[in-house]
Amino acid sequence: MTTIPVEEVLRKKQTFERGDEDRRSLIDPRAELLALEAEGELVVQRIDREAVSVATKYGREKRIQKAHLWHHKSCGQCGHIPGYSTSIFWVMRKLGYDYHDPQDQTSCTAWNYYASATSNSAAQAAVAVRNFAAARETGYFPLIHCGTSYGHYKEVREELIRHPELRDEVRKIMARLGKELVLPEEIVHYSEWFYAMRHEIAAKAVRDVSGVVATVHPACHYYKLVEGDAIYDPDIYGGQRTAVVTGLAQALGAEVRSYSTWFDCCGFGFRHILVQRDFTRSFATLRKIEVMKAEADPDVVLTHDTGCVTTLDKSQFAAQAHQRNVGVAVLSDAQFAALAMGAHPYKVCQLHWHSADYRPLLEKMGIDHEQAWAEFQADIKRLENGEKRYLDWDDVDA
Amino acid sequence: MTQTDTGPGAPAEADARLKLSAAAGYADVPLAEKERLFDEVRADPRFGDYLYGCYECGICVAVCPSARFYDFSPRRIAQAAAREDAELVYQQMVEDIWECSQCFSCVRCPRGNNPGGLVTIMREVAINNGLASAKEALVGYSRIIYKIMSTGTQVSPDMLQEDAFPDWGPETADVSVNLDLWRRALPPETLHTTNTGWKVADSTLIELYLIWLHTGALDMIADVDPSLHAILTEVMEERLEEEGIEI
Repeated sequence: MTTIPVEEVLRKKQTFERGDEDRRSLIDPRAELLALEAEGELVVQRIDREAVSVATKYGREKRIQKAHLWHHKSCGQCGHIPGYSTSIFWVMRKLGYDYHDPQDQTSCTAWNYYASATSNSAAQAAVAVRNFAAARETGYFPLIHCGTSYGHYKEVREELIRHPELRDEVRKIMARLGKELVLPEEIVHYSEWFYAMRHEIAAKAVRDVSGVVATVHPACHYYKLVEGDAIYDPDIYGGQRTAVVTGLAQALGAEVRSYSTWFDCCGFGFRHILVQRDFTRSFATLRKIEVMKAEADPDVVLTHDTGCVTTLDKSQFAAQAHQRNVGVAVLSDAQFAALAMGAHPYKVCQLHWHSADYRPLLEKMGIDHEQAWAEFQADIKRLENGEKRYLDWDDVDA
Repeated sequence: MTQTDTGPGAPAEADARLKLSAAAGYADVPLAEKERLFDEVRADPRFGDYLYGCYECGICVAVCPSARFYDFSPRRIAQAAAREDAELVYQQMVEDIWECSQCFSCVRCPRGNNPGGLVTIMREVAINNGLASAKEALVGYSRIIYKIMSTGTQVSPDMLQEDAFPDWGPETADVSVNLDLWRRALPPETLHTTNTGWKVADSTLIELYLIWLHTGALDMIADVDPSLHAILTEVMEERLEEEGIEI
């Protein structure tokens, strides 16, 4: 005879009750921050310049400051695909908006955290708050380049709002550094700035991209981590997917085609891309690139995060050796916008750091890549013969 | 810190491919030890934010990239934690958690669970307790931890070496050969570096070292990688001493 341990089952069932407090993503983190500031718990850096209002997933209004921005750079972008960062700066310069590119900035360290767990909540929060405090000291408002930094900083903000003991610990550490517990009024990803500014960007476009077909890979840490903060627009995908990247590409005139595995991640995996790349290569090609090629046949894959550009771009080489259906350019939205605005493909967009063949895309955009490469090589010659030590912004637009 | 170097010691007749306690030798680890580790997981302040129970609907598995390529299931992670099954949680800490991609696709969960977040906590406990799975997961990864903790940027241009990334195509070798020139050709002044992602100010680095030391983050690797811990400790203490900062 079988006896069901009813009491044991009921005891376990209790863990399935949500309880009085629903601790899922906060509906309005900005309001929570301001309330905590009023209690003297932390300091909120305000948006203090002209801003564009956008809609987030559940309808909350988010404001994106247009100028006077503190660029929180990405280690993966700056280190391995530097044209990503350079394109963000270049577009901002072309639109005439001032910014600050700080040395008083560390990585968010979240890539390592998600890869190895060799850190903890207090350290991760302290790193984030130190960077935010450094931004506030300059008077510039932070703009986050990396999707993982953006997502992780939103996680940190939630943890700081929910857990007073964590605030206490971080406040003590900041006091030792001579800083306060500072968080910005909004945590803003650069692709949100590009979305907010898309019509100004499109107005400055000098290259016709109407013949370009793009597929968009939305970055997991942009819209899955603390999802309520991501931008959604009823006019883009019916409001069912994030509107960044796609909104920009469409404003520039490109055709964005859908594909069935759009929700899948790129395969980056954090630790996998560095020490277990068989997984990364397989996922990136089998679940993303090949599906895009079969269903949408794009000229370019556009995405908006460090890891996604790296993974989708670098993973194609090995698959090509096996005659798989791969071989498509992978660019960030910032690089694509910069090219449309007339940026040099090598001096600004630094496409020679990429692996997948981007030349057919350049040809479709009317760019003579052979001539552009010769121009870049001429500049390199100037560095080699000592005529200049470094190239600067004047050189790239010469 | 407790040393719990208790990886699976499979009996000779066991099938090591099976994820079963009896076959993998998990039964050799006392239940009290497994419960102690689970208590550490549960004591993390985020645990309650990440777990609300489970419908067993499988949405998290359907969207999980690791579930497609490994014997890994975010549903099992949430289930084991919700059932307070210390045995299964221990098995997952030994076998499963390092397969997770940390993409957080699983937060699509209709109950609001965050299995990826639970994995983050379980990984931290595995690192803090020097579990064999954590040591194994960090093989080949030490240089990354060294880079992020000592320089403030995680990856650097000089990591792009052909022998490290042979599968990334010939462009990696081009970058490596031309690295200095190509970095000097970048218009932002902060990007002229080769051994860090960008130029990090000395004062900033010192503040970062103080964060690693004061939060115990540096000591987390003492058990899983004693050599790296010793090197990083020396680097940081020497630098702070130069600045006249007492720890």
